[in-house]
Amino acid sequence: MTEGPQSGEELVPWLRQTNAGIPVDPSMAWSGDSGGDARGRRDRSEPGEFPFTRGNSPAGYRDKLWTFRQYSGFGSAEESNARYKYLLSEGATGLSVAFDLPTQCGFDSDSEEAAFEVGRVGVAIDSVRDMARLFDGIDLSRTSVSFTINGTAAIILAYFIAAAEDSGVRREKLRGTIQNDILKEYASRGTWIWPATPSLRLIADTIEFCASEVPRFNAVSVAGAHFRDAGATAVQEMAFTLQDGLTYCDEVVGRGRLTIDEFAPQVSFFFYTHGDFFEEVAKYRAGRRRWATLVKERYGARTDRAAMFRMGCVCGGASLYAPQPENNIVRVAYEALASVLGGVQSMFTAAWDEPFALPSEETTTLALRTQQILAYETGVARVPDPLGGSYYVERLTDETEERIQAVMEELERQGGMVKAIETGVVQRMIAKEAFALQKDVESGARPVVGVNVCRSDGDPPDVETYKMSAEARAAQVARVQEVRRARDQARAREALRSLRDAARDDGGNLMPILVECAHADVTVGEITKELKDVWGEFRQPVDI
Amino acid sequence: MRGRVLVAKPGLDGHDRGAKVVAYALRDAGFEVIYTGIRQRTADIVTVAVQEDVDVIGLSVLSGAHVELTEDIRRRLAAVDAEEIPIVVGGAIPRGDRERLLQVGAAAVFPTGSAVDDVVGTVGELCAQRMASR
Repeated sequence: MTEGPQSGEELVPWLRQTNAGIPVDPSMAWSGDSGGDARGRRDRSEPGEFPFTRGNSPAGYRDKLWTFRQYSGFGSAEESNARYKYLLSEGATGLSVAFDLPTQCGFDSDSEEAAFEVGRVGVAIDSVRDMARLFDGIDLSRTSVSFTINGTAAIILAYFIAAAEDSGVRREKLRGTIQNDILKEYASRGTWIWPATPSLRLIADTIEFCASEVPRFNAVSVAGAHFRDAGATAVQEMAFTLQDGLTYCDEVVGRGRLTIDEFAPQVSFFFYTHGDFFEEVAKYRAGRRRWATLVKERYGARTDRAAMFRMGCVCGGASLYAPQPENNIVRVAYEALASVLGGVQSMFTAAWDEPFALPSEETTTLALRTQQILAYETGVARVPDPLGGSYYVERLTDETEERIQAVMEELERQGGMVKAIETGVVQRMIAKEAFALQKDVESGARPVVGVNVCRSDGDPPDVETYKMSAEARAAQVARVQEVRRARDQARAREALRSLRDAARDDGGNLMPILVECAHADVTVGEITKELKDVWGEFRQPVDI
Repeated sequence: MRGRVLVAKPGLDGHDRGAKVVAYALRDAGFEVIYTGIRQRTADIVTVAVQEDVDVIGLSVLSGAHVELTEDIRRRLAAVDAEEIPIVVGGAIPRGDRERLLQVGAAAVFPTGSAVDDVVGTVGELCAQRMASR
């Protein structure tokens, strides 16, 4: 085993600043130099009080624990359904669906584009029939379901509503979230389909539709997590996400049909918690304060509910490493603690084998247990914002918020988020950080246990990729072809025709038509193509 | 200029962190880098490689479809008499697939966790060989 750095001297560059580059004053002296009171605090709000720095509710987790929600899905609807039932039986309190790439990019399982990818990184959903099988035997009036779906989010929402209604659950009862955040897809995650203008329109359609028809469902989960995993710092992650959130709210407010108070309570957020403990706590506190302030200042929100920043998080991702993989159990546990001290509403803890495999039942259960131990044994849930008032945390919260604001101002100077993404500005900011981190890890400037310090001999565990068996893939292909063959063709044709007409005309809401497409057994690929014919496709900037 | 490299992302996976880190490192090291963007069809990657007369093609695949995609690109290169362009493959690649990738025509394989300097070194050697044989 190689030893890690022993003296402070060896760690100096890393001690002087947080991972996002926020300078750290080691004196920890109480002072008013950040413009605050004698303890350096500018913000004296209590938990549950605007701007919600200390959390959305006066009682914190005593009101409601965070939701334990493990991201999962692979292969066919039946295989994923079995995993969901297993997770629920083990005490998961919500579900989180992972889709395969063809479903996310709008291709049916029998298309050329899907050839190598059906069921690989998530479940294959081609039609409402697959959606019904995905939740077979799960009571959708009682289980909240989160869908990591973006390009095809409106279609998946329509399938979910249609499948639920077919099983006797009315849409008003449905709880959960569709991610439905296209901007970060353009910039970092990649499952975009149409250009920004019609995509924003479709997102606004889903927000309006949920506000009136599916009131307990989050119509959008503005996600910073994917910026982060692509390389963004904690500050950039929060800044990009808030700017995306403003872009969606601008779109809906600009239509003039809903006020911010009517739809903002159905807008939620989603982040990665990585390893720099206090930086993460400060990020969440600063994000809550900045969002509440923006919603009030920019849109004149009158209710607290509209200004509240509700978020889920994921622990793991790029902060995990393959060498000495069991170390990831410890990393995820610290990240989960930071998330709870930061006040998240739901959490996904990654399994320790995430860097090299789809998690097994054992590893995913251990990840769930990590949250359960935190919730039930450690006592951290007893009081809201237990770190509030700490010199370091308050100071870091202020510094983080200032830096978030500075990045957001830069994005405004670039012409707003859509422009900054279409020109590749955001992508370059992220890639620059990813490259810098890679160099720091390789040079040892950023210590990572088991990777560049405290290494041991031996190879890291091998990467395992999941592949649907040829038979299972053939079955999925056969199923979608059977759905297309057996349906009422006139009804399907009529649904697609209405969709095309509505897509051409900016006035109406596409959601009711998509629900009709779902009932008419129209497939993800057919709907996507119909809309591509009208709207075209996003053109990614390739200038790096 | 140490050589022209096409950094390409075939298939539907949108994770381009690794591809961009490698592209930046190659550019820093004096290579000319052309980046295709994500979700490229294998046919289009081959067309760009030939049109731009690149010395090396770098593929980044994290979805697990690395063998099929490499094989497909190899076949398409052969079809346009460009099989001499070496392919370097990186991404989430199991150890057992390394041999398979070399068999289907990859010149080098860099699984997750590889040092960027090693990638740059290997690409440099491949470019030098290509330029010497022209």
